[in-house]
Amino acid sequence: MKVNGVAQPAPADPRRLLSDHLRHDLGLTGTHVGCEHGVCGCCTVLFDGAPVRSCLMLAVQAEGHDVTTIEGLAASDEPLHPVQQAFHECHGLQCGFCTPGFVMSVVGLLHEHPDPTPEQVDEGISGNLCRCTGYASIRRAVRRAAELTQK
Amino acid sequence: MKPPHFEYHAPTSVEEACALLSSLEDAKVLAGGQSLVPLLNFRLARPAHLVDINRIPNLDRIYERDGGVAVQALARQADVEDSQLAARRCPLLVSAVRLVAHRVIRNRGTVCGSLAHADPASELPAVLLALRGHVVARSTRGSRIIPAGDFFTGVMETRLAHDELLVEAWFPASTGRFAIAEESRRHGDFALAGAVRYGDRLALFGVAPTPVLADRIDPTHGLQPSGDLEASPEFRLHLVRVLTEKVFAA
Repeated sequence: MKVNGVAQPAPADPRRLLSDHLRHDLGLTGTHVGCEHGVCGCCTVLFDGAPVRSCLMLAVQAEGHDVTTIEGLAASDEPLHPVQQAFHECHGLQCGFCTPGFVMSVVGLLHEHPDPTPEQVDEGISGNLCRCTGYASIRRAVRRAAELTQK
Repeated sequence: MKPPHFEYHAPTSVEEACALLSSLEDAKVLAGGQSLVPLLNFRLARPAHLVDINRIPNLDRIYERDGGVAVQALARQADVEDSQLAARRCPLLVSAVRLVAHRVIRNRGTVCGSLAHADPASELPAVLLALRGHVVARSTRGSRIIPAGDFFTGVMETRLAHDELLVEAWFPASTGRFAIAEESRRHGDFALAGAVRYGDRLALFGVAPTPVLADRIDPTHGLQPSGDLEASPEFRLHLVRVLTEKVFAA
């Protein structure tokens, strides 16, 4: 499998979840693990470009596929990805635990809807839980991310 | 919260998958995994073998068959949601898919998986029932069609034999008047109760061990829904009456 563009071997143990493989075997701890049953959205990564829950996939299933994690959006010496920049500008995070999942979901949302309606924004982030912000600033961040992406 | 031990199999053809299912004891099919993997993580399911069908090519088509829409085992719910064919031929199916969890889940989850999983509170089994669709089951013994009315037998139980793979679901064209409505605690959650209308037909979900057909004049007749922390039996019956009115007003 390719993780952030780099070829990686699949784990030997088939019961290794993709989320655990990313964190424990590859050290990519930007992918967070909250509920481990698909409800919270913290572990969202891009699988062949589309956002999926990494806690609901076995790592062996990613063999032959492209996985992008939050670390893959922008290198540390590069400017932030537009979605990261928008969350920063709009205060779309507080404690930050849910943020990587939100950012990956929003990357997927803007790929499908570059100029989303308010309904599409709500639908697009409805699968991610944030217990700090109350979502208003996250909604603003999605709008801002759409502007930054279109520039 | 980690899956228990299992032996992993990744067949690359339907024939190979069926051969595995007929020879293995206690095997489960893994398609989208959006229901099965949580069960594994919670260790509510402990199959000895997982047969992952995701490596089988050409099993993800959505195509026109007998005037309706055929959805193969690996077609993702998101693909059905975006399908022009499904929108044209079976808009009820598209409306129902949009109520399944969230888009990120639908990117991976499959329509056939929802049917085979047969959660009593899920939308797609009720849609298949209301439309009088069917599923196609394959095994080393051959292929058979199971009508929706015979398919669902209990809570997460279906007519599929242990060696059978659900390879396709068929939804008849829904050109008549249709509507689907449900009530859930939060957007994307499983429904406390739901109703599907197609023409004069009414199917209910979340209020019995399987989706059930009901009479619009007396939709709660014979129903004995269970109660839990989220809804009492009486509240579910109330929802059935309200949702029935709603889908027939649509």
